[in-house]
Amino acid sequence: MTTRAVLDRPPAPARTTGVPATIPQWLLHNAERFGDRVAFREKEFGIWQEITWRQYLDHARACALGLEALGLGRGDVIMLIGDNRPELFYLALGAQALGAVSCGMYQDSLAEQLAQLIDFSGARFIFCEDQEQTDKVLEMTPRLPQVERIIVEDWRGMWRYHQPQLTVFHDLEALGREAHARDPQRFATLVAEGRADDMALLCQTSGTTAMPKLAMLSHRNLLSQAENFLAVERHIGPRDEFVSYLPFAWIGEQMISYSLHQRVGFTVNFPEEPETAQRDFREIGPHFTFAPARIYEGLHSAVSVRILDAGPLRQALYGAAMRFGIRCVELEAEGRSLAAWRRLIRGLCSWTVYRPILDKLGMTRMKVAWNGGASLGPDYHKFFRALGLNLKQIYGQTEIAGISCVHRDGQVRFWTMGAPIAQTEVKLSGEGEILSRSPSVFLGYYRNPEATAGALRDGWLYSGDYGTLDPSGDIIMFDRMGDVIVKADGTRVAPRVIEDMLKFTPYIQEAMVVGEGQPYLAAILNIDMRNVGKWAEDRGLAYTSYTDLSQKPEVLELLRGLVRETNARLQPEWRIQRLVSLYKEFHPDDEELTRTRKLRRGFITDRYRDLIAAIYGGAEHFQAVFTVRYEDGRVVELRPVMQILSVES
Amino acid sequence: MGSELPLVDTVLTVERLTLWFSGLVAIDGVSFSLRAGELLGIIGPNGAGKTSVLNCINGFYHPQTGRILFAGRDITRLPAHRRAHRGIGRTFQNIALYPGMSALANIMSGRLIHMRGGVLAGGVYWGGAEREILRHRAKVEEIIDFLEIEEHRSHRVAELPYGIQKKVELGRALAMEPALLLLDEPMAGMSAEEKADMARYILELREVRGLPMILIEHDMGVIMDLCDRLIVMDYGKKIAEGPPQQIQHHPEVIRAYLGEEHAALAGETA
Repeated sequence: MTTRAVLDRPPAPARTTGVPATIPQWLLHNAERFGDRVAFREKEFGIWQEITWRQYLDHARACALGLEALGLGRGDVIMLIGDNRPELFYLALGAQALGAVSCGMYQDSLAEQLAQLIDFSGARFIFCEDQEQTDKVLEMTPRLPQVERIIVEDWRGMWRYHQPQLTVFHDLEALGREAHARDPQRFATLVAEGRADDMALLCQTSGTTAMPKLAMLSHRNLLSQAENFLAVERHIGPRDEFVSYLPFAWIGEQMISYSLHQRVGFTVNFPEEPETAQRDFREIGPHFTFAPARIYEGLHSAVSVRILDAGPLRQALYGAAMRFGIRCVELEAEGRSLAAWRRLIRGLCSWTVYRPILDKLGMTRMKVAWNGGASLGPDYHKFFRALGLNLKQIYGQTEIAGISCVHRDGQVRFWTMGAPIAQTEVKLSGEGEILSRSPSVFLGYYRNPEATAGALRDGWLYSGDYGTLDPSGDIIMFDRMGDVIVKADGTRVAPRVIEDMLKFTPYIQEAMVVGEGQPYLAAILNIDMRNVGKWAEDRGLAYTSYTDLSQKPEVLELLRGLVRETNARLQPEWRIQRLVSLYKEFHPDDEELTRTRKLRRGFITDRYRDLIAAIYGGAEHFQAVFTVRYEDGRVVELRPVMQILSVES
Repeated sequence: MGSELPLVDTVLTVERLTLWFSGLVAIDGVSFSLRAGELLGIIGPNGAGKTSVLNCINGFYHPQTGRILFAGRDITRLPAHRRAHRGIGRTFQNIALYPGMSALANIMSGRLIHMRGGVLAGGVYWGGAEREILRHRAKVEEIIDFLEIEEHRSHRVAELPYGIQKKVELGRALAMEPALLLLDEPMAGMSAEEKADMARYILELREVRGLPMILIEHDMGVIMDLCDRLIVMDYGKKIAEGPPQQIQHHPEVIRAYLGEEHAALAGETA
């Protein structure tokens, strides 16, 4: 099974001489073609300060020649730590002009984590935005003998720092400008030496394993990515505005604000401070945005909370308009056209409800919003689309320079990850792993040949994601390969899909599906205390605690009904046959969830080993034993009994 | 008394200051001086007269006897607003901002003493008046950046947390571009993190701008760490003066703070 791009416009023609092949070459080209048009806008001292393409080039050139004067050269790595600021881009470009490699790091990393990465990358140069980041690096310098130079942008608070490695950013630029005055052709010569297959950047992957993995991406990877994405996404133009507020270390930010920016020439805006990002976002009113799911979830909850504070009339209006809007979006997703009366009401709702909300979010001008990283739940998708936001899913990895699939306009199916972009092939391995191939597939992991061998085979990128193809040709991603359950008869099941369906109901807070090596699947459920509690009160059921409520016969029947409904929407071999309502919620403090509230499956399977054995042993109930330590030091042993229910499949 | 002569590098000289309110002596013959770029702390138990000293310096109170010299000139008889024009800025123990106005407007009000345009020009807001406002706004934005309160710029002050209000108040005092800053308990009621921030600002004002300051603060840790020199007051009198390390072991100070017994003990060990 292979799926190829359906193209809205033909892919880029093969490169001929004279066309920029590296990002610094693009900058030279852009400074010429755009000149005094605005490349960056940064809010400083309460005012949006503009930086033109010519000034961008001037800064990048000063950085390049300054870095060269300090000894940075081809193949060296420069680490960049800081909030999104033009200076990060100047340095990254400057370094790449010399043939060096830039590597962004997350600014909330602990000193220990930074040291590990710096050591692993062998970086001799580090850029720190301010005192906070500088302190972290300085603290670790005894362990990092190879670090020669630490460049600091904001010297504030550092009046007593005299370490010889420290250089002020402005001095670096001054050094570069002197060098430029001495040899005005030097920069152009350096840039001309760049080749498309030179490594441009190292990008941290979102792996959860202990050892850092740094993906090596070439200029060709980044630029072909931009080209092929543009071939299918026609929304973005040189007059557009974009707000850069997600970490510079994230591939999504790199590919938009860095490579796509060079290719298209829109304006990238930088908020004043992370705390003011939302207000600044609204001031700009960007034309497109790219964010991970948590951002959209956060916006949704912000809107919901504000509506709860509104008066009853507004609440009623909002509720009715959203129900109606979501219904329209569902009809459209099924490919049906809307009746005239629906279109009329939708127009009314748009002016009274949808657009005022989008205005508060700074999204009235937005032509398209992409969700990258993990997929966004269908309910969120419907919510934003109902508001009239063109929200689309993007699928991809750092290893393919960001994007391999995107929803096409008019074909947004909430359950898929979209179709491949230009020059990109996506197929499934025999085990159902999603594989992709394109000019953007990375060069390998830095200093990690074993991991590279695992991810790159015969030019195909092995994603580690388990998925399938939708009849429409779109990619569907179910789960990580490692989480896939293989039943006794060899059937493969993606537990996340079933869990998402269960969690979509308001009464189930968390769910974990088990069944590895077993003849059927079972589910361990957490009730949603608030909603189930309300449900119980409405029915006059008295309860004392979570444990008590979770085992009420009526509640168990409610859960059994919900599982039965979910089963009806699943193919027979994916259905749940037994279920347990757990006496407690999964909790990060008990290490059952990560801090970002993802299930830690291995840990849970191990911790509830006896319970799972009882489920498959055919028991009707199971007595758990656990101890509670109160704050006053008392230790109490509790023995709650959980019912194990069966559901006819 | 030699050090209290108006030397070139002396910003402020207070000579034998005495203040009483209908028989109650608030300040009793206090003398001290402040050198350029110096951070001077005033400590002492409640009611010792610390705030009264600041009030005399900035002109809220007029001492019955004594002299105050600022930048070599006698300001003892000048009214408070004239002293502000001369460059004496201050913050207050109990926040004294305009609660209904935004943080930005509050800080902007500190620029008023530098504004020339009248009500009419400001109301029309055209030409010179506009340029003038923009120039002042730029100064205010530098202060907002310095104090890291960008996100609170347009919030009403009454709705801001206490620690942020304290920052805004400091901002307003800085907007005057003072030549001497009087800080009356700038860290009272702040969390540990907010205190650390405030200490950073005060240090930076001294280190980078060389701004002379007088600081009243109850947090001894902060005072001992920050100040170049301390004055200890009790019942309106100056009972000790010197660098923090010395003051810590001064028997008079220990007596004022902890009572006789501790002082005797400290005297033995010292």
